Amino acid sequence: MGKIGLITWREYITRVRKKSFLIMTILGPVLIAVFYGIIIFLAVNDSIGKDTEKVLVYDQSTAIEGKLYNDDRMAFEYTTNWEDRNTDSLNAGGYSGRLLIPANFNIYTPEGVVYESENSLSIESKERINRRIENAIEDEKMSQLGVSETAMDSLKTSVSLHALTLDEDGEAKSSSTELNTVIGMGASFVIYFFIFLYGVQVMKGVIEEKTNRIVEVIVSSVKPFQLMMGKVFGLALVGLTQIVIWLVFSGILMGVISFIFIGSDMGNIMDMANSAQAIPAEQMAEVGVSSMMVNVVSGMMAINWPFIILSFIMYFLGGYLMYSALFAAVGAAVDSETDTQQFMLPITLPLVFSIALSTSVVLRDPNGALSFWLSIIPLTSPIVMMVRAPFLNLATQWWEVALSTGLLITTFCFTIWLAGKIYRTGILMYGKKATYKELFKWLFYKG
Amino acid sequence: MAFLEVSNVTKGYEGHLAIKDLNFSIPKGSIYGLLGPNGAGKTTLIRIINQITAADTGEVMFDGEKLNPSHIARIGYLPEERGLYKKMKVLEQIVYFGRLKNLSKKEAQKRALHWLEKFDLLDWKYKKIEELSKGMAQKVQFILTVLHEPELIILDEPFSGFDPVNTELIKDEIQHLRDNGATIIFSTHRMESVEEICDYVGMINLSQKVLEGSISDVRNSFKENEYEVFYRGDLNGLSFEAKEIAREERLELNRAVFVIDPERAKSLIKELNDKVDIASFSEQLPSIKDIFIKKVEEGNNG
Repeated sequence: MGKIGLITWREYITRVRKKSFLIMTILGPVLIAVFYGIIIFLAVNDSIGKDTEKVLVYDQSTAIEGKLYNDDRMAFEYTTNWEDRNTDSLNAGGYSGRLLIPANFNIYTPEGVVYESENSLSIESKERINRRIENAIEDEKMSQLGVSETAMDSLKTSVSLHALTLDEDGEAKSSSTELNTVIGMGASFVIYFFIFLYGVQVMKGVIEEKTNRIVEVIVSSVKPFQLMMGKVFGLALVGLTQIVIWLVFSGILMGVISFIFIGSDMGNIMDMANSAQAIPAEQMAEVGVSSMMVNVVSGMMAINWPFIILSFIMYFLGGYLMYSALFAAVGAAVDSETDTQQFMLPITLPLVFSIALSTSVVLRDPNGALSFWLSIIPLTSPIVMMVRAPFLNLATQWWEVALSTGLLITTFCFTIWLAGKIYRTGILMYGKKATYKELFKWLFYKG
Repeated sequence: MAFLEVSNVTKGYEGHLAIKDLNFSIPKGSIYGLLGPNGAGKTTLIRIINQITAADTGEVMFDGEKLNPSHIARIGYLPEERGLYKKMKVLEQIVYFGRLKNLSKKEAQKRALHWLEKFDLLDWKYKKIEELSKGMAQKVQFILTVLHEPELIILDEPFSGFDPVNTELIKDEIQHLRDNGATIIFSTHRMESVEEICDYVGMINLSQKVLEGSISDVRNSFKENEYEVFYRGDLNGLSFEAKEIAREERLELNRAVFVIDPERAKSLIKELNDKVDIASFSEQLPSIKDIFIKKVEEGNNG
């Protein structure tokens, strides 16, 4: 075993053996699931923790009196007693505010509506009030135009789009946009968290060795570069171990769930998923499966798994190696963790930037120009390309992947070289506050 | 024959010279005391020998060869600032560092157990470093410095943190290693220990060498022809004039110091013998500590 191998082994074994690793490996996914569960739950049920907002309405024009839509989020009550303008009377009635529709208001010139309240109006409530007044006016106009209520109902339409992707042979396969999104986002979130978590671990390890002065003993046995690479590789292995454990567990979990809940129906679902045709809902009802399930399964089968897994490993390792070398350099440049702030910012900025854009721009238009460039530029590509990966058509877009991974490999070789230079000088510098100017000088010191 | 030969080595850091044109010759199988006040350049020299940094000019010869990375495995280094992985177990840690110095796992394990037994640490081999006392951790650090049987051992303040009993233990080990053929560089500013165990000394002050030689040569070259005598009786009427005379109540003896030509020492003894009872007569050689202080003050004033 070479020196790098030996250092890698030490970093790996001491971390994997720790109780905290075991706890994080088991508890981590549970915590993340609970965390997102709560967010999704709150987003879906946004009425939780909120009382119905009551608004008092004085409609002097009587144009929309009694016609505003009420539900458990917002309810309108009508009054003709407008003189009582103090807040006490609003509070007494439990109203959050009151709405004045002026006498000259009519559905063709809907102007001059005033809202008064003790607290400022939230943007959500403001939009809600606007929308409900607009809906009331629209309904009123419709009925004046002579559209009957049944006619209005029949105007409301719902279409469900069945997306298919074509392969070279012109064969169509079901593809699920939702599933692609989930997989892409999931993979890039994992990469994002791992670069952050393990990059910071690398940095902490370097600082620990520096403050413990172990580094002086070690660099009299191995080259600083070997020490740095051993540390980086060791933590990469820890990360991969964690991911493999999670994959195995979720595989078992999926198996158990599908066996319990789906059981013998699985065959039916597979058949339906395999046919490229949109299946009428009645037919699904006959065999007792939901359209969503068929969608998910057919989407799963349409995804190019080997490509997704391969690119995940590629971008995970590439991104991690590129960033963790930089984190190691930061650790070497400072004396304690409190001094890391100024050097952390330029490293974390592109990471945060790419995850922020991934959830917005890239998802909206995975094959657009901005998405393309972000997935080529190495600092953002590990995260952005993973979001795009499920949407790519390899037959025509293979060169994008090749270019992006090529650049990523070039860049991580460069950052490792750069970090190695800073690391070599930095680990033996004590008590000196490093500045960017100084780091730049370190690059040209001779060994 | 010199095991390590440092010639004309200079190293600068941004505008100031850490060491300037240094020449040292460290004989094989000796304990060489490297002395110098803080900031004199000792650590820089040690780092150059360890190849942690490179010299700007000059060269270092290691056992007849120009210093190169293959020599690293033949050097053991105990830095002044001790450092161990706190969460790692004792035996595991020693074996790890041994393997970094190219020992096989099996061999490192065997030697580690041998040393742990010698230092009475066998019961602690599966304990983490953080559970050990400071003295025990220091012993572990010493073990991993010498585990790979280096031919050159560099010890930077090896006794700091040890109680007198363990200091003796380590001192014996150092001498034992020397007797087995290792060359030892011993960097310190604790002068008593230098006189006790070093064969040679070299002194750096203000980035430059100010002194080098065997302990006796150095002390002889600095002697001021002082003779000290302890006696019972009265010196009245002596033809030699004493530099100082005092009563040592503690010893119930009188003490006198003479500064005379060495050739006249015999006649002084004769005369003293006629007049008083001599308890002891000795030539006062300056201690390394005195020489050190003198040299440093000279440097600072010049």
